[in-house]
Amino acid sequence: MAMRRSTRRRVVRLAMYALFVAIIAVALLTTDWPRVANQFLRSEIAVDQFPDIITIALRNTLLFTLIAFTGGLLLGILLALMKLSSIGPYRWFATGYIELFRGVPALLTIFAIGYMLPIALGIQVPFRPVGSGLLGLILVAGAYMAEVIRAGIQAVPKGQTEASRSLGMSPFRTMMFVVLPQGFRITIPPMTNEFVLLLKDTSLLFIVGTTPVLKELTVFARDEASRTGNSTVLLMAAMLYLVVTIPLTRFAAYLERRLARSR
Amino acid sequence: MTAHPSPSGDPLEQIEPEAPAIEIRDLHKSFGDHEVLKGISLEVRTGEVVCVIGPSGSGKSTLLRSVNLLEEPTSGQILIEGIDILDPEVDVDRVRTRIGMVFQQFNLFPHMTVLGNLCLAQQRVLGRSRSEAVNVARENLAKVGLADREDAYPAHLSGGQQQRVAIARSLSMNPDMMLFDEPTSALDPELVGDVLEVMRTLANEGMTMMVVTHEMGFAREVGSRVIFMDDGQIVEEGDPREVLARPREPRTQAFLSKVL
Repeated sequence: MAMRRSTRRRVVRLAMYALFVAIIAVALLTTDWPRVANQFLRSEIAVDQFPDIITIALRNTLLFTLIAFTGGLLLGILLALMKLSSIGPYRWFATGYIELFRGVPALLTIFAIGYMLPIALGIQVPFRPVGSGLLGLILVAGAYMAEVIRAGIQAVPKGQTEASRSLGMSPFRTMMFVVLPQGFRITIPPMTNEFVLLLKDTSLLFIVGTTPVLKELTVFARDEASRTGNSTVLLMAAMLYLVVTIPLTRFAAYLERRLARSR
Repeated sequence: MTAHPSPSGDPLEQIEPEAPAIEIRDLHKSFGDHEVLKGISLEVRTGEVVCVIGPSGSGKSTLLRSVNLLEEPTSGQILIEGIDILDPEVDVDRVRTRIGMVFQQFNLFPHMTVLGNLCLAQQRVLGRSRSEAVNVARENLAKVGLADREDAYPAHLSGGQQQRVAIARSLSMNPDMMLFDEPTSALDPELVGDVLEVMRTLANEGMTMMVVTHEMGFAREVGSRVIFMDDGQIVEEGDPREVLARPREPRTQAFLSKVL
């Protein structure tokens, strides 16, 4: 029995929708809702978290992210310029650095900075205990951002450099005023990505130890969850991450559109 | 005459008024095994408009780009106003402020407005104040007929307008000479005229110009001299009316019969 192509396609699609709705319905019906609510949505526990979950946990998460991002960005620019340098040893160093810190888990780097550096070399990073953790994050972020920035710089047409140099601008000024500003707009999407990754990676700082006032969101939530024996705080922490990341990615998308227009 | 570094250590202070604007002596340039310029010698005197024509791949753009060292010559000498700019003592950035350069692809800075494009190097290189730079910029924008577009971004201008902005950007540095690298080759035919008109005005004002071009009409009417290049060498040069109408060399004749 011949069915017309479009008819057959419609029937298949309908069947897929039906299956999807059925799976959701079964899941919803078989869930023990009071138990879920009891585990994740206890209002008295939620209320009890304020203001610390904001004034300590979220604040520290944001603060650590900003420090690591700024440090990583500066280091990344430096490494990118080294990698594009005409001087061989600079290039080799940057390449080696990037391979090392991109290839090794961030946790291992943080651990190494936090414990091995003081023991092996007698170097103590200031602002203990988070200082060494932040330094580790910066070192790793710098490696990732260096590659992003290098790609951004190389995406700027060579004619831009030539025009700038022809006007008598030095290589440094050309980089600062002509190449980097244009390279950065190309890097907005990957940089947003980098920021979000860093925001989440601040949770790795606990490995070098923490104090009550230095807790960030994940550790705060973990400790509160085990103290209360309830997962409500975990859900709250997850929400707070999203409260930061979703507007940020929206803003980056807006920025990208706006800059694209002046191109 | 070659200038020697002065006792003050600044060879650029020794500009000789009598020296030609551009003097090139036995210039060679190779990219790897491929020799693009095979011993070029030429002079551009102050106020002259020298048009360089020739088939693509003849080395004319490389020659022009060597004059402000966008290409590093393999050997030979380049003297700008009597100063050997290949002398390692010479500050290339300062030499470049005296030489305006206009590119085939305009190369305006897309992240800045027209005014921003014109002011950047004035402020960063010449050290002019913002208001001084803006005044100079506006003067030059008026000159190229774009006084009303100072707040536009390059992307919002036509190719012809972008090229005129690029010319105004170079002029804002008050250069002693201008280099044009096929300035109308990337333009739609109907936009070519405005750009050539600006260049004609510049020539009439006495600007020293070296123009790589395919516009034979411009070469004939505006050029004080035309140079025909082929295969990295100067084949023929002389008065444009003479060379374009009655070329002596077979290679020039062959080229002109194709483009005219």
